Amino acid sequence: MNSPAAQTGIAERLTGLVGALRAHGIRIGTGETVDAAQALEALGLADRERLREGLAATLLHGEAQRQVFDPVFDVYFPRRVGGPEGRADADRDALRDRLVAALAANDEAMTAQLAVDAVNGFGGYGSSPGSDGWSSYQTLERLRPQTLLARVRDTVRAQNAVSGFTDRLLEDEIRRRIEVFRRQVATEARRRVAERRGRDEIATRAVAPTSDRVDFLLAGRTQLAELRRAVHPLARKLATRLAARRRRAARGTIDLRRTLRGSLSTGGVPMHPVLRRRRPVRPELVLLCDVSGSVAGFSDFTMLLVQALHDQFSKVRVFAFVNRVDEVTGLLVHGGTDPRGLAARIRSETTVTGWHDSSDYGSAFGEFAERYPDAVGSRTSVFVLGDARTNMSDPNLAAIRRISERARRVYWLNPEPRAQWGTGDSAAPDYAGLLEMYECRNVRQLSALITRLLPV
Amino acid sequence: MFTSVDDVSARLATTGYLASPAVATTVFLADRLGKPLLVEGPAGVGKTELAKAVADVAGARLVRLQCYEGIDEARALYEWNHAKQLLRISAGRDETWDATRTDIFGEEFLLARPLLTAIRGTDPKVLLIDETDKADVEVEGLLLEVLSDFQITVPELGTITATTRPFVVLTSNASRELSEALRRRCLFLHIGFPDAELERRIVRLKVPGLEETLAESVVRVVGALREMDLRKVPSVAETIDWARTLLALGADTLDEAVVRDSLGVLLKHQDDVLKAAAKLDLGAV
Repeated sequence: MNSPAAQTGIAERLTGLVGALRAHGIRIGTGETVDAAQALEALGLADRERLREGLAATLLHGEAQRQVFDPVFDVYFPRRVGGPEGRADADRDALRDRLVAALAANDEAMTAQLAVDAVNGFGGYGSSPGSDGWSSYQTLERLRPQTLLARVRDTVRAQNAVSGFTDRLLEDEIRRRIEVFRRQVATEARRRVAERRGRDEIATRAVAPTSDRVDFLLAGRTQLAELRRAVHPLARKLATRLAARRRRAARGTIDLRRTLRGSLSTGGVPMHPVLRRRRPVRPELVLLCDVSGSVAGFSDFTMLLVQALHDQFSKVRVFAFVNRVDEVTGLLVHGGTDPRGLAARIRSETTVTGWHDSSDYGSAFGEFAERYPDAVGSRTSVFVLGDARTNMSDPNLAAIRRISERARRVYWLNPEPRAQWGTGDSAAPDYAGLLEMYECRNVRQLSALITRLLPV
Repeated sequence: MFTSVDDVSARLATTGYLASPAVATTVFLADRLGKPLLVEGPAGVGKTELAKAVADVAGARLVRLQCYEGIDEARALYEWNHAKQLLRISAGRDETWDATRTDIFGEEFLLARPLLTAIRGTDPKVLLIDETDKADVEVEGLLLEVLSDFQITVPELGTITATTRPFVVLTSNASRELSEALRRRCLFLHIGFPDAELERRIVRLKVPGLEETLAESVVRVVGALREMDLRKVPSVAETIDWARTLLALGADTLDEAVVRDSLGVLLKHQDDVLKAAAKLDLGAV
């Protein structure tokens, strides 16, 4: 760090890191970058974990950004350069034995070292002597650490003979340690690839976005689980925002009659303006959700979110449909503690499908307008959730027109990117002509829309 | 205030606050860069304790501003002592107007609230702005001037600038998103649940009578509970409470009956208790 060349190297590395974080949508100003450089100077490069914390403290503004920051940091400030000496130790069984010992001892430094060896030994693919690339998937496929569970468990049990109450926790603990090892392998593979292909590219491409930017339609199982966990904190946040909006709305306009009457005591000069009191009407909400496979993740999440917000409204009714419609409000109340089984219960306990399994917006809207005419009134805001893909059936615009005539407002949240509306069997443009349709692809957009659209 | 990161951990430990590497590093940087520290994290992980410990270590006075909905300038910055001003006016009846006017807007009639207290005077201070997210958005605007320049403008007196900068800690439970402007003036620190090793040391420190093996079991059970999908997962404060309860019950080791009877210390919702009992095989609760 003493020579000027090394110093510019560090500065470039830092700005590269900041650039990659910005590419992931984290807003970092120049001021923060300067702070980060000062932190770097104060901490030195000796301790990598301290440097990580120091840069995180200066650059980030929220905990959610951490899961982007950590992999990017690993790419720009790698633990080491190059692979271990030679391509030795490609002995799968020996490596698995060492992994068992490390997992049993819960030694993260050791498992990290093993991750390095594993990627070096099993992760390389291609024909050139160095290898063309490194794959964490391939490493884990060959090593199969998840199959070590029983061996690790037996090792731990053999080491401390006492089997007490906490013995039942052991398996889950080992599963978590294996999960940590898998992440270490992924980090190591990313580092090796970054050495070959350039840091900037890998840092932007190979790092998953923050969970509030994950596309609903593309989210995997773990990401959906993460989203579900975020429902309650998010609901709390949205409730505060709605309450603030409600307070502002309640300030209302000047009540001229009462202001003038009050002004008589001050000789007709209106000293104290009196505001019109608003009757606290809590609005009603109706949710119409497409729960067919293609958009189930999105609908699930939104249903749970609205349910968590239910105390903000006088009445929330939730209807699910695929090609038939049924009310699921009751299921959501009981399902408050088990969000995972929600989709399955909707399928088993209600009638959302008729003769076939593909979604049919037209007949579902028709049935809704017919069977639940009293669900929608002049105080009701209706939210339709779905991708408007009708599988070439009649979109039944008349039914949606009838609903929107009765309701206070009708909104449609569409999890598809706007560019895809109207392509293939999507009837989105037809519906969008009758009501307000919004693109709602991730949690960030959803929370922005909810704050803006939910009635107060 | 501190010479190195190790110095931070060592000195905080003397006051009974065991800092994780992240906490120690960030506190060191906050001191070195002279920036406020914004601490977020779940309830009961020691956000407020951190400020107290830093004050203790630095031999500084802790000035605390507890935020709540509706807090305003008069509670946070300063207020003129109207009653005293009136007394002053009526006492000096024969004075000229000019003398009175300059006099009643002097320091003597100024009631300093926490923010002003923190930047006046020369003794070292730690300013704790607790639960910042509870305050209204307008109050954040007030904080900006204090946090970036450590100065407060009183129209009648002029601008008061800090001679010694206080060490500022803001805490937030994230019930409301703090504004970007406030965030970028601060160093950000998220205190999560400590890892097993650190939590065991915390339990041993706070509940000295507890045996090593039992402390380890306690931490493992709490760790397992945190992995479950509960409405309110137990925090460090609950772990310590539970350890104290076990000590009071005279339990040497954990078994079904003990855990079942004392689960209420850790979990605060009935459905959480039921779910945890099912997961931990406790039999009927």
